[in-house]
Amino acid sequence: MKNSPSNDRRRFLLSIARGIGLSAMGALVWSAYVGEVKAAPLILRPPGALKEEEFIKNCIKCGLCVEACPYDTLKLAKPGDNLPMGTPYFTPRTTPCYMCSDVPCVPVCPSGALNEPSVSSYVNAHAKLDINKARMGLAVIDKESCIATWGIQCDACYRACPLMGQAITIEYSKNERTGKHAFLVPIVHTDVCTGCGMCEHACVTQKAAIYVLPRALAMGEAGNHYIKGWDPKDEQRLESVKKEVPHESTKTKLSEKSALDSLNDESGL
Amino acid sequence: MKHYKYLLMRRFTQIAILVLYIGANAWGWKILRGDLSASLLMGKVPLADPYAVLQIAVTGATLGIDIIAGALIVTLFYGIIGGRAFCSWVCPINMITDTAAWLRRKMKFSEIQKRFYMSRSLRYWILGLSLVLSAVMGVAAFELISPVSMAHRGAVFGMGMGGGALAVIFLFDLLVHENGWCGYICPLGASYALIGKFSLIRVHHDANKCTDCRDCITVCPEKEVLHMINRSSESVLMGECTNCGRCVDVCKEDALGFSIRSQLKQPKDEE
Repeated sequence: MKNSPSNDRRRFLLSIARGIGLSAMGALVWSAYVGEVKAAPLILRPPGALKEEEFIKNCIKCGLCVEACPYDTLKLAKPGDNLPMGTPYFTPRTTPCYMCSDVPCVPVCPSGALNEPSVSSYVNAHAKLDINKARMGLAVIDKESCIATWGIQCDACYRACPLMGQAITIEYSKNERTGKHAFLVPIVHTDVCTGCGMCEHACVTQKAAIYVLPRALAMGEAGNHYIKGWDPKDEQRLESVKKEVPHESTKTKLSEKSALDSLNDESGL
Repeated sequence: MKHYKYLLMRRFTQIAILVLYIGANAWGWKILRGDLSASLLMGKVPLADPYAVLQIAVTGATLGIDIIAGALIVTLFYGIIGGRAFCSWVCPINMITDTAAWLRRKMKFSEIQKRFYMSRSLRYWILGLSLVLSAVMGVAAFELISPVSMAHRGAVFGMGMGGGALAVIFLFDLLVHENGWCGYICPLGASYALIGKFSLIRVHHDANKCTDCRDCITVCPEKEVLHMINRSSESVLMGECTNCGRCVDVCKEDALGFSIRSQLKQPKDEE
């Protein structure tokens, strides 16, 4: 009876079930691990990097960008760094991006994870690498620990900024406490800051009071339903809105009557 | 010395390639930059690991021209010439697993240990699983855990805690299963077995010279490929053969040797 066809069939089905079960178990453990190690929101990528999710899909972990970097800014994440393994990143407080004008790290990328057009400017349809277009992150100031906001004279981040006077400007105001001194408070301009981290590197406080965060984390989003009345271009958006959503399209109990009648109606009082 | 010819050539190649990569990062050499997943040869020729590129492709990434060209070059090289030679001539893990296998033989582990069953096709399942996971998770799944990439990247860019993974492979191969990693688990090796299935350089067996000492089978990391030993004169045709040449080295009777795969149909069993 041992080798009867029905036993063969049982054995066959059992081995299939076992295979599927083992694969599912393997996949579960594996995917849990992969999900864990790819989630690292606080990571700064080289210039021209695609959005984090796309970057992690595209990066082949070859380290060519790291080798191309003349300042040893870029590192490849090692096992134990708790970052997506093998992908390039930098730590501005240790070594910032020195914003090479020829952006050597980007053209060597074989996979397109570092996107050349995003760090190029176009002059007469000629693409030229332009590091100022990089958006590696955004400098954020902790005003509580920035000594310039205390009234102590410091413009280290302002001076260190490769786009001095554009990405960081100094706002002067009178120090009312002493009556004869000025505040020199640094302001970061979101539209210019490349996130190179020279400011974080230069910051004199024990732990940097200005630091680079990934843009997706550092920036908020107001939503497009706010319309700036002082911006004539922005106001134009109202016209298209009217067409799409006709007024008084919603009927509630209050809107049944005209506004005046509704106000004069005393029956409920 | 004759009996270590291919072993020495292999070690030289493996170490030389590793040194070239390390030199590129440490001293700015321009011969072989990058690492085993993608590199640049002489500053011009792109090279890329076809399996890594395939994983990236299934995540839905927009592949760069360089890695597509690189993967094609590597695929053509191993597909036409080298077979699974990557595993034995390039892969840095090979030195670790060979050491484990050698120690195992010296200490006669396989003779005293009860063998536990693993299927050699496991690696193909892992290969398939890695592609499914890559597609689902949106990140090259095997590349994130690959001890091969970890070892090589570690040697070039800094090891971190990657040494642990290598120790695990060494201990697994030494204590649990002979050639366990390369022969049963590694999907990268499996991918090269598929790529190199029809390649031209093959080990050829001459049954007339064979004395059935089975030395070749003892040293072979993929014993199944030598099924014809002392039975029939034919070439080793299975893609799993890594072309390491150890069997050629140890054969005292010259019954084994490298040859170009003949285009004509091979005479099968003479019986």
